[in-house]
Amino acid sequence: MANTVKKSSSRQFKLKYHINYMLVALVAVVLGIMSKTGVITSRSSLEVLQQIAIAILLTVSLSVVVGFLGELSLGHAGFMCVGAFLGGKFANDLYPLLDVFKKREFSEFLEKIDYKPLADLLEKIGYERLNDTSELLILIACMIVGGIFAALAGLIVGLPALRLRGDYLAIVTLAFGEIVHNMFMTAPEDIFGGPSGFKTPKYDIYSLFIIALVAVVICIILVQNIMRSKHGRAITSIRDSEIAARATGINVTKYKLIVFMVAAFFAGVAGVLYSFTQTKVQTEHFTYIYSIEILVMVVLGGMGNINGAIISAVLITFLDNWLRGVLGEKAIFHKLIYAVVLIIIVVYNNAPALKSFREKYSLSALMGNIFKKKNDPAKPGDDEAKWHRVPTKIEIDEVLSTKIQRDPTTSIKPDKGGKK
Amino acid sequence: MSKTVLKIENLGITFGGLKAVQHLDLEVKEKQLYGLVGPNGAGKTTVFNMLTGVYKPTEGKFYLEDKNLTGKSQQYINHKGIARTFQNIRLFNNMTVISNVLVGLHYQPEFKCGFFTSMFRLPRHFKVEDAMREKAKEILRVVGLEEERNNLSCNLPYGKQRKLEIARALATNPKLLLLDEPAAGMNPQETADLMDIVRRIRDEYNMTILLIEHDMKFVSGLCDEVTVLNFGTVLAQGDTKTALNDPEVIKAYIGG
Repeated sequence: MANTVKKSSSRQFKLKYHINYMLVALVAVVLGIMSKTGVITSRSSLEVLQQIAIAILLTVSLSVVVGFLGELSLGHAGFMCVGAFLGGKFANDLYPLLDVFKKREFSEFLEKIDYKPLADLLEKIGYERLNDTSELLILIACMIVGGIFAALAGLIVGLPALRLRGDYLAIVTLAFGEIVHNMFMTAPEDIFGGPSGFKTPKYDIYSLFIIALVAVVICIILVQNIMRSKHGRAITSIRDSEIAARATGINVTKYKLIVFMVAAFFAGVAGVLYSFTQTKVQTEHFTYIYSIEILVMVVLGGMGNINGAIISAVLITFLDNWLRGVLGEKAIFHKLIYAVVLIIIVVYNNAPALKSFREKYSLSALMGNIFKKKNDPAKPGDDEAKWHRVPTKIEIDEVLSTKIQRDPTTSIKPDKGGKK
Repeated sequence: MSKTVLKIENLGITFGGLKAVQHLDLEVKEKQLYGLVGPNGAGKTTVFNMLTGVYKPTEGKFYLEDKNLTGKSQQYINHKGIARTFQNIRLFNNMTVISNVLVGLHYQPEFKCGFFTSMFRLPRHFKVEDAMREKAKEILRVVGLEEERNNLSCNLPYGKQRKLEIARALATNPKLLLLDEPAAGMNPQETADLMDIVRRIRDEYNMTILLIEHDMKFVSGLCDEVTVLNFGTVLAQGDTKTALNDPEVIKAYIGG
């Protein structure tokens, strides 16, 4: 059989598909080494990197909703808010447990149970490291808990999404974001701190940054895995034609809910990360303006393009921070310049006059030279590419017949002869 | 004789005061090619929409192999075995030709693969994915689109897009295939080609096919039986030749 001889096609490792998170991971390792060896010492640059990681998480997750499912969601900051507050709250509740390691009570407790191997083991590991490890575990647990709560919120938003489309859904999600934002602001002050926010446990910025990058890499891998599977195809089919998807038997309801939940989960994780980087978590960060900022990143990166989403998240967050730094006290102009740059990017990408320039120097063209398009199932293969459009049956027959009776001296090539 | 696949009993639907389809009785036997013809606005596509769950019929019932599917959801009806194509082509335009067919294969029991299986790339994911691709290629071969499987479906010429829609419907492994004007906009060569394909589908997959078509050559060349609709009511029914030569039918088409 042919397929036993050939290596299973879906299992083949295609570098093009894996380059994005590999690059992110590489950057993470490089930055990690740099900060360990003291090249990056300033706290602010680590903070910017942290922000970039959060932006990538948000953009990639929103691009699943906007780019792949084709629904406009303006409530992404709302999901992030849910993650930030509930995840942060969870951390606040769990954190006192850590004191156990710091206090002498714990060793008394060990003496009391008098179990030698455990005491020896703890001695060997050292209380300090135990403390660090459990801090880390709490952070991871909080990220998962925050993500799950956000995913539940996604389920709640996903339910109206089943009935609404387009602009109407956008308004519902916008309202959802505002409701969440206001809900946490007016919540009892002893729980969420009201408008002034609440404090989260302080973490070392360096280890937070590493965790954020690991989360980003995991997020990209998982989202990519979903999108390059039968489930991803079902989701994109809903975007292209919901009626046809239904008629083809796709469970549109289920997939819309799944997409909203997955996107909300990663937004929630980003929210938890955000809450740990801030000294105080305040609701004012999570307004609809922030949702729209995320949407801008998704749109700039290209709908349904994960790599584009990553690049635009990095660029925009960097630009935003850089402008803020450069302008200093003239910071009121910062949003203006930011807007102008956005307009320039959009115009550049659409102006017909710049088409040839773009084609020559665009990232995808440069990437295309490295990775031949042959393996990309989304684009025509090499064989098809020589047709500027899809050949008709007559043309194919012509080519086939000339191939069969190929005689180099007499064969006539009707198409190419005229052009040259 | 052979068993009945689709049975429609007194099917009807009204939109507000408009009676779009009334008192439709129809019976399609296994492996039959059944035609549904009639002038524009006769309610043919409405019948298809009712059979696939887009509209809920206001009266009557229809059965697929004795199973009452009246008023069920589109997706349920599809899983039970009715697949369709659309009058105005509705492909997944930004997906490749093969992906369109793969979407059709999504709910086949042999390609079952959970969400988390795919998400975490467990071995089953690869097995299913490869098997699906093989199957999709096989279906594309039947409609003659195997060579173009990696093109975007929106780049296909019109005739091939229609064939791809048939392939996608076929991929859902239906018992009954509904074709809504499959030959519309095709040149005579393509139409002849399509007739071949439809026949081949019927023979290779033991498919029962109900089709709407305006091209009378196509209908009389393919269908064993037809139902002629006009203004939502049945004008003539039965053997293709006699039904199409019925003076009432000719009057409805030509007027007068």
